[in-house]
Amino acid sequence: MAAAIEFRQVNKWFGKLHVLVDVTLGVAPGEVVVVCGPSGSGKSTLIRCVNALERIQSGEIVVLGDSITSPRMNLTRLRTQVGMVFQSFNLFPHMTALENIMLAPMKVRNAPREDAEKTARALLLRVGIPDKAGNYPANLSGGQQQRVAIARALAMQPKIMLFDEPTSALDPEMINEVLEVMTDLAKSGMTMMVVTHEMGFARRVAHRVIFMDGGQVIEEADPETFFASPKSDRSRQFLSKILSH
Amino acid sequence: MSYQFKWSVLWSGQSGYWLLQGLITTLELSALAWLLAVALGILSGALRTVPFRPLRAAATFYVEFFRNVPLLVWMFFWYFGVPPLLPRGVQDWLFDHGAEFWAGMFALGVYHGARMSEVIRSGIQSIPRTQFEASVAMGLSVWQAYRLVILPIALRLIVPPITNESLNLLKNSSVALTISVAELTFQTRQIETYTARAIEALTAGTLIYLVLCVSIAWVMSSLERRYAIPGLIARVGGAG
Repeated sequence: MAAAIEFRQVNKWFGKLHVLVDVTLGVAPGEVVVVCGPSGSGKSTLIRCVNALERIQSGEIVVLGDSITSPRMNLTRLRTQVGMVFQSFNLFPHMTALENIMLAPMKVRNAPREDAEKTARALLLRVGIPDKAGNYPANLSGGQQQRVAIARALAMQPKIMLFDEPTSALDPEMINEVLEVMTDLAKSGMTMMVVTHEMGFARRVAHRVIFMDGGQVIEEADPETFFASPKSDRSRQFLSKILSH
Repeated sequence: MSYQFKWSVLWSGQSGYWLLQGLITTLELSALAWLLAVALGILSGALRTVPFRPLRAAATFYVEFFRNVPLLVWMFFWYFGVPPLLPRGVQDWLFDHGAEFWAGMFALGVYHGARMSEVIRSGIQSIPRTQFEASVAMGLSVWQAYRLVILPIALRLIVPPITNESLNLLKNSSVALTISVAELTFQTRQIETYTARAIEALTAGTLIYLVLCVSIAWVMSSLERRYAIPGLIARVGGAG
């Protein structure tokens, strides 16, 4: 089967800083890939390339069969097929939870209000907070905000979901409620790229773990192999640091 | 002190009528100029933050050009400078239809638009960039992201400085008397000329400006409370 996401010899610089170095990588449809690595390793930049929030300087990225690095690519089409969840939630503070979820279907797809609202309520139910529809983001806990953000991304019925450290800004007691939603999503067959330090999640849910350092993919393996016997020194070092506490 | 106040000069003769006419002209001039200023301010303030360099440059040019020339010079420019550049017929029509009013309106609007632009730009730049990213990541165009997310948030944040700027605009409408727009200050001076009662005339003008400005400030602060973003803007007296 054709890959859902393919990186071919991708290079990216921020000024003089070489942030992605010859990255070649494929993600199969329905696959859950966890990307980990020390801070500054390029893992966030990597997934931000998938929905063209970041542009690359050389190489090619193919998403769902379309080259997104060609000048003729349709940005809106790409971004409605690829949902993204951010570390800082990024709910729109002047809209209720429900309005946040309804915005893109109504404005990008021109969905009628009733349909958008029905979908939005169903999604709030799916992420476990149907009673928070009328709340503004400021009146939701971090975990609830992130679950609304996931529902908002799902409202466009994307084929791929990107998660950029979705639990890093959360208090510890709220991390699990978000991970549970992500686990359900993974079980439903969603193609996912997840940047996270939650190694428990990686172990339980991921089909593959990718370890990055210095803008390069250093190691990729199934979680069992990766955690039991990491091949490179750098991944061993990284794991010893984050698993020791 | 031997000065005898004679407040009746304000309602005897034509004074009352003049004051009323002046007030109406000031309100018309300021309201139209305010609409122009807000439109130009939002447009250029937003353009100064978009990811297209030529648009940013054009907006920067507008702001720096119009805010760095004195308002009085703009008044003269639009009144004495611009009409001769127009076709004869248009000129005649303009001078038959209150050219000084429209020149004053443009001068006030473009000058304060340039100043409001900076307020709006700073409002937009106080919003985390990730809000914009989240908007476009869900498929909104840059235009939609600004219209539906960035500007609605920014405009709520900048009500206090925009109030300031709006009051300045109202007060600066008095500069239009230099191109003989018969606004409030013009009329108080006319009363003074006819009655030789400077204190009374100026007091009337002062009080009217004061009442207008306090009312606008009150309306703006009710708007601020009405549209406050829950949790984002601390409300006066709120416990957070």
